[in-house]
Amino acid sequence: MHISGRSTSSRPHPRLTAALALLLAGAAVSSCGGGSSSTDPQRNAKARTFTLTIARNAIVGGKNDAEASWITKTVIPGFVAAEKAKGLRVKVVYHGYGVDDDAYKTKTALDLKSKAGADIVSLDGIWVGEFAQARYIKPLADVVGARADSWDGWSQISPSVQQLGSFQGKRYGIPPSTDGRVLFYNKKLFARAGLPVNWQPRSWDEILAAGRALKKLPGVTPLQFDAGTAMGEATTMQGVLPLLAGAGAQIYSGGKWTGGGAAMKQVLGFYQHLYGPEGLGDRKLQQEAKGRDKSFEEFANNRIGVLLEGVYLWRAVLNPKDGIARMPDRDQAVGYALIPAVAPGKGVQGRSFVSMSGGSVATVNPHTKYPQQAFDLLAYLNRPDVVKARIAGNPEVTSRNDVNAEALKNDPFLSFVAQKVLPVTLFRPGLAAYTQVSTALQEATAGIVAGHSPDDAAGQYNGKLEGIVGGAGNVNAG
Amino acid sequence: MVPATSTPAEPAGAAPARAEAADVVGLGRRRAAAFVAPALVLVLVFLVFPALWTLYLGVTDYRLTGLAATRPHFVGVRNYTDVLADGRFHDSLWLTLQFVGGSAVLGQTVLGFAVAWVMRERPAAVRRTVEALVLLAWILPGSVVAFLWLALLDRDGGTLNTLLGTPGTAWLLDHPMASIIVFNIWRGTAFSMMLYTAALGNVPPSHLETAKLAGASTWQTLRDAVLPKIRGHVLTSLLLVSLWTFNDFTPYLITAGGPENRSEVLSVYVYRTALGEGRLGFGAAISLVMLLVNLAIATAYLRALRRRRA
Repeated sequence: MHISGRSTSSRPHPRLTAALALLLAGAAVSSCGGGSSSTDPQRNAKARTFTLTIARNAIVGGKNDAEASWITKTVIPGFVAAEKAKGLRVKVVYHGYGVDDDAYKTKTALDLKSKAGADIVSLDGIWVGEFAQARYIKPLADVVGARADSWDGWSQISPSVQQLGSFQGKRYGIPPSTDGRVLFYNKKLFARAGLPVNWQPRSWDEILAAGRALKKLPGVTPLQFDAGTAMGEATTMQGVLPLLAGAGAQIYSGGKWTGGGAAMKQVLGFYQHLYGPEGLGDRKLQQEAKGRDKSFEEFANNRIGVLLEGVYLWRAVLNPKDGIARMPDRDQAVGYALIPAVAPGKGVQGRSFVSMSGGSVATVNPHTKYPQQAFDLLAYLNRPDVVKARIAGNPEVTSRNDVNAEALKNDPFLSFVAQKVLPVTLFRPGLAAYTQVSTALQEATAGIVAGHSPDDAAGQYNGKLEGIVGGAGNVNAG
Repeated sequence: MVPATSTPAEPAGAAPARAEAADVVGLGRRRAAAFVAPALVLVLVFLVFPALWTLYLGVTDYRLTGLAATRPHFVGVRNYTDVLADGRFHDSLWLTLQFVGGSAVLGQTVLGFAVAWVMRERPAAVRRTVEALVLLAWILPGSVVAFLWLALLDRDGGTLNTLLGTPGTAWLLDHPMASIIVFNIWRGTAFSMMLYTAALGNVPPSHLETAKLAGASTWQTLRDAVLPKIRGHVLTSLLLVSLWTFNDFTPYLITAGGPENRSEVLSVYVYRTALGEGRLGFGAAISLVMLLVNLAIATAYLRALRRRRA
């Protein structure tokens, strides 16, 4: 171990060491920022052999199984064959996930932040704005050029649904489908309570009147509208936002967020009928960890009169074939009605009926190596025949009017959604602050469930909102 | 981990020896610097730079998505004042102290020592088997053991409910903190056990025999003969185990901080605010506060160690 006996010739060269150090530091720094990539839409457009990847939160044998199977069994073989016919050798890899939406969002954001990730990325429509603001995604026209806006499919997607994949007037992706929220009611309970079996309330008072009639039935929860924090976004989407729209306000409009003013107090006042002393709803259900699943079960077991829910309830929960809370007599026993405004014509933009919609959006990763080919694949995913294959075993409201007109003909419920609900629906604002605003809305309703007055809950909400969105200047407290 | 041999009394001719010690390998200052430079660069890039970066992020409103992801604004100490005023932070800190105190300080240390003490005079075969089983809990990957524990504690058809005949008991919902504390004791006892097995080897058998001859009870033997000999080991073990447990993320795999944040220890709180809610600036501020708590724990233990030596 006598190093001191070494000859001078074997000394490490100081300059070499310095160079090595610089190299190391350089490697570390560049790995933090990710490699820079070209933004030319025509890059690699002439490639004859290429690989594309699709990522979404759907996995064969798990979450959104039908979607994942459709991609791996229909889309990929079909696309590869179509490209082969053009003399191109293509490989398409599917990255399926089966995790909570929040975890998928985090992973996707980190992927895109480090300029990695799949070529076709699927996002919840609500994330489009915040991802665009962070420059993780770019307008389709910037990524793939003018052909993105001249795609022939746009003419089949109504503007309100296109809004799902748009931000500040620019298209960022193609939404494959959408949904809506309606009032589901149990016709058997309505008959027993002496209420009309074909029911369409025209005001909130009519909903409450039905609730009071239903309350006379033993063991029945008359009205259940999601509230509280345990249900997360379900409270906002299936409770506060449709009611707020019915009270004439959008959560975000004209550059301002809606605070604890008159409309919000009306919404919270409605909740008080449900979870306050009058008790038209079951407040425990809104506090339990699995409360939403339980509300599905109770509805399927004829123990809830009216439930505000998404199309999902009909399609995937009560579905007599493969629902998670099957209702064998769903088609006869379950009625559906539009959500009325507080009074006719008093809803947002003078509407008498309102709804909220959401859905996912497929977009092209701005850092893809093959923007043109990726857009080909995106367009293929939304081709009418491919979309029809998607909904063959699992009908849903697609974004394409041509497919809907044909495929939903024999499904009265989905036709109702496509024709009556979508024209009056609204979408959530796709801004980063929305997630926190949504939590504040849930907390406001939790306040009502815990017994606070609408005025107190609205006041607290307003204070929180100002903190979230950067001061009273960004809040419309009227 | 353990300091080099101490030199209580320098030999008489210390001066020349010390001059030699300054350059014991005869490299000269420049070459010596060149040798440590790569290591220092690595430390700088992977330790100092991220620490400073965290400090910087903590004074911005940097977020994972949205406008603040590209153009974060300087917000001064607001994140720090918000963290310190946040009720969720206080709850989380208290839960973390329970987690560290219950699973690391009490659980792992006591159980680890007990296993080491009991196994001390057992036949080698028994000792090896027990040690192997305890070690298994330690060396299996976290995601695997988390899955095993979910299966154990599951509400419907969990192993524990089947064994106890208590179907439908939601252990993870009704007793989230107790669940992760017991889990972490099970998981981490191996380290303390190994350390104490080695430490007990340092206790001269003659001391134990003397104690036995004097008629000392087990408790008296432990207190007067064993503990003074292994006090340094106890403190070292406590220091390491406390710090590991304080920063442990495995509870997330079992309870995900729920229900209603009732098992949200600090590492989970940071993850959920920084990545879950995308508030990276705020998350960085919490991380720095955590770092300070870590330093406080380490300082307390090191002080105790030094007092022992003095």
